[in-house]
Amino acid sequence: MLLEATQVAIERGDRRLLSGVDLGVTGGEIWQLVGANGVGKTSLLRGLAGVATLGVIGDIRHGSTFLYLGHASALKLGLSAVDNLRWHPACDVTAPADQICEALAAVNLAGYEYRPVGALSAGQQRRVALARLLLTDAPLWLLDEPFTALDVAGCEWLEACVRGHVSGGGATVFTSHQPSRFGALQQDLDLGQYAV
Amino acid sequence: MPSDRPLLSLRAAFLRQFLRNGRGIMTRPADVANPLLFFFMVITLFPLGLGPDPTRLATLAPGILWVVALLASLMVSAKLFASDFEDGSLEQLALAPYPLAVTALAEVCAHWLATGFLLALVSPIFGVMLGLPNEGLLTLLVSLLLGTICLTLIGALGSALTVNIRRGGLLLSVLIIPLNVPVLIFGTAAVREAVLGGNPESWLALLGGLALGSLVVVPLAIGAALRVSLDS
Repeated sequence: MLLEATQVAIERGDRRLLSGVDLGVTGGEIWQLVGANGVGKTSLLRGLAGVATLGVIGDIRHGSTFLYLGHASALKLGLSAVDNLRWHPACDVTAPADQICEALAAVNLAGYEYRPVGALSAGQQRRVALARLLLTDAPLWLLDEPFTALDVAGCEWLEACVRGHVSGGGATVFTSHQPSRFGALQQDLDLGQYAV
Repeated sequence: MPSDRPLLSLRAAFLRQFLRNGRGIMTRPADVANPLLFFFMVITLFPLGLGPDPTRLATLAPGILWVVALLASLMVSAKLFASDFEDGSLEQLALAPYPLAVTALAEVCAHWLATGFLLALVSPIFGVMLGLPNEGLLTLLVSLLLGTICLTLIGALGSALTVNIRRGGLLLSVLIIPLNVPVLIFGTAAVREAVLGGNPESWLALLGGLALGSLVVVPLAIGAALRVSLDS
């Protein structure tokens, strides 16, 4: 079990958003958290990652290291893409610079490796953040709205990347408003049923 | 499925965070120049306001220099963690398998080198501008070197506590100005002692003690404060 959450409730301030959420993630699974805006997808994912602990009630256990990618991409706009990844604050990228350049080429950013990230477009910045997926070996990925700002080719690349990760025994939990990108491979966790 | 990725040593994690922030600051030279420019402008205004009498300026100089340095340091360190909070770096840092106290200290170190350290280095020039006697210049430099370590750490603590509060500026000042008072008292006392021809070593030793003490204790508080701020 890579992640096991039992009877998780999420509170924001004095308002309870979700209660009684059960989620067990094992290798080879793709879970999509679905639900209307404001239902608590991001709050739940932050709770699952352990970024927030206040207002997260219930039992959350991790069986492995994981990678969390939030709405904010944790990029310093003045730094180049390579520096941003090489010195990523999550400290999970230990690859040398040439491997980072390869990952950036894979997300179609060849030629932008040493430009300041602030000079890139929103979609390109998203690609820089997503290049981290190729540089980490964490088996569990927690991705918050990973398809945001990506173009069609970018979405397809990310889809293939997640499929590859899962077929290698990894697992992915993500939030998105795009319905069923992964078809039969994915399972939906509809948060509407847990809303209070 | 345990990961076989070798964990970085704590020192390597510190170094990465230091480099990331150091390089980040270098891409924004205006942020480095700002406190120095503020220092320069205020110091040039004082003789205009107080009159050009050199003896009077010289007696006031230690206090003026230290208060302005304190305000300049307060101005910049209050926003130390703001951009990290906004761009999501802070939550990633909190997920890293290293104590936040250590990685946040790396950030504070990079920040101090770009602000407090530079401020202390150029302070003798400003001292001369205010007519501070030559005997006081070296003491001013040393006292500011030690003092800005405390000021930056305390400012960083305030920033960590208020980073998720919109318009936390007033709260921040109320929180950290009282903590800065001992530093200011010891700093000005050292410079005044030197100007009067006495031995400022005891004051400098007190400042050094404060600096070392805060280097040990304040990062722990910063780490805890950052976790609290991320929690809401």
